[in-house]
Amino acid sequence: MDYKMQLTPEQQAILDGANGEAMAKVMKTLVMYGEAFGATKMVPVTSEMGHLVTSFGLGVMKPVYELLDKLIDGGAISQQKFSVDPKPLDPKVPSSFLQNFVFKKFMYSVQNEYDSQLKKLGLLDKNAYSCTCYMDEVGNKPKKGDILSWAESSAVVYANSVLGAKCNRNSGIIELFGSIVGCVPYFGLLTDEGRKATWIIEVKTTKKPEAQILGSAIGMKVMEDVPYIKGMNEWLGTELTDDVCAYLKDFGAASASNGAVGLYHIANLTPEAKELGESIIAENAQVYVIDDAELERVKNNYPVIWKNKDAAPKLCFVGCPHLSLAQLNEWTDNLVTGLKKSGLKKVSVPTVFTCAPGVKDEFEKTPKAKILEETGVILSYICPLMYMNNPLSKSMPVITNSNKLRTYTTARYYTGDEILEIITKEAK
Amino acid sequence: MKQFKGRPVVAGKCTAQALVSHGGFNTLASFQGALQFGDLPIIGNKYKQTECDDQNNKDLYRKPMLNKALCLPQTIGSTTGGMILFCAKSLGKCPSCLLFSEHIDSLACAGAVLAANWCEEPIVTVDCLGQEFLDYVKDDMQITVDEDGTVTVE
Repeated sequence: MDYKMQLTPEQQAILDGANGEAMAKVMKTLVMYGEAFGATKMVPVTSEMGHLVTSFGLGVMKPVYELLDKLIDGGAISQQKFSVDPKPLDPKVPSSFLQNFVFKKFMYSVQNEYDSQLKKLGLLDKNAYSCTCYMDEVGNKPKKGDILSWAESSAVVYANSVLGAKCNRNSGIIELFGSIVGCVPYFGLLTDEGRKATWIIEVKTTKKPEAQILGSAIGMKVMEDVPYIKGMNEWLGTELTDDVCAYLKDFGAASASNGAVGLYHIANLTPEAKELGESIIAENAQVYVIDDAELERVKNNYPVIWKNKDAAPKLCFVGCPHLSLAQLNEWTDNLVTGLKKSGLKKVSVPTVFTCAPGVKDEFEKTPKAKILEETGVILSYICPLMYMNNPLSKSMPVITNSNKLRTYTTARYYTGDEILEIITKEAK
Repeated sequence: MKQFKGRPVVAGKCTAQALVSHGGFNTLASFQGALQFGDLPIIGNKYKQTECDDQNNKDLYRKPMLNKALCLPQTIGSTTGGMILFCAKSLGKCPSCLLFSEHIDSLACAGAVLAANWCEEPIVTVDCLGQEFLDYVKDDMQITVDEDGTVTVE
């Protein structure tokens, strides 16, 4: 079959089968993928590491694991080490006998086999399971300008926007294919034109906007377009401190899940906005003004899909995407203050904070780990989305401060402050 | 009868009844019930025809998607989307074809090209059919897709 894309002799040789049938099919898949978006060439993946969105060994995803076996058998393994999204199970997270049975025997029945495939394909190490692979404690942090082959939406938007790396919003498997052949089709967010903002967002709030709601509002408005956000320097300053990065992590994840944002620019703050100023705004960009009332409107429109809307929450998840070390410290301090105020020793709702295994290890070296443990909060590396995505968990009244978790599951969204109040007051 | 000319992303011929989603089609939410529980006794009965499990999709919720001509603007949601489509096709739980009014999105495209290269049969996929197509087509209309991306609705 003829392709319009100009391939290098090495890429053409792979396509023609010089490195085996599996590699040829991987290349052909990527070429077809790129051609659908008008890509004229493939460009090298320049990041040190890859990242995979699929961390779960779901029995029903058998075709995926069969495909991976074909890759392994055909010698088509990743040219770069990779991290992967969080594990779907953690025995520390509360679950019923029935849930445990369904999780282990039915849903994630091939988890061990899948973990073994990941090792063969190039998994970084046993701690490399987190959606926040770019955190220092995990060690997969791309450099500015790096070209990536990733798919996890919250990681892609963070890498593009906060780190200045370049990555399209790829699908699972496609991202692995890019790491295998070491190149990706050149289109969309890899190009200068594709990184231009087609929306100007004017933030005119009277207080620092809740990251998760601001991201949600912008995502729902611009969908897959690139927004340039003004009016945030008053609330975030002009430097990417740890706190600001944590804010942007949550903001970006909400924009990516409530819409399909893969890149945003924040005036005087994110790398390309700092470097290029308003020249990265495309001509005739649309304008969206966000004030307090708009954020309130967005929040009030979230549907509550619990069967009993007045049910007492049975579980609370904080950390989707996974919490940073700074966020864990802040939540611990706030919990202690909240519990002291209400005269309680432990949280009144079973609560799980989630973070990367590496972050967990670092936090557990500090005195705050014991303090958090004494509040009754469980610290886990689990993926809350994977925990929630089944009929048994769906029927549970679960609360969260994550707009991503709200979007994909039946979990009910509350702001961070509201969550704190709910879990530190006497249960009804 | 009306004809619409689109772009074949994965070319092929197909005839099926239309199933129309006017809003973005959330691939993971739509297929997860059928993929996870479709083969189970009793629970699986409501997913035998790949009934759509996305409660946020008012057009499609609980409607069978198996062997339909799925007409949609784009897909939305989790970046596992392409992988889900690939699994649905491999397991025989997929619509016959995907007909996009807009330019195909990267996640659906991934599913289409994965199926084209790694499944026994491709998912016939046409995009850029235009808003008029989505306004015109209704559930259960007869759809015929040609290799060149021409879609006939009657």
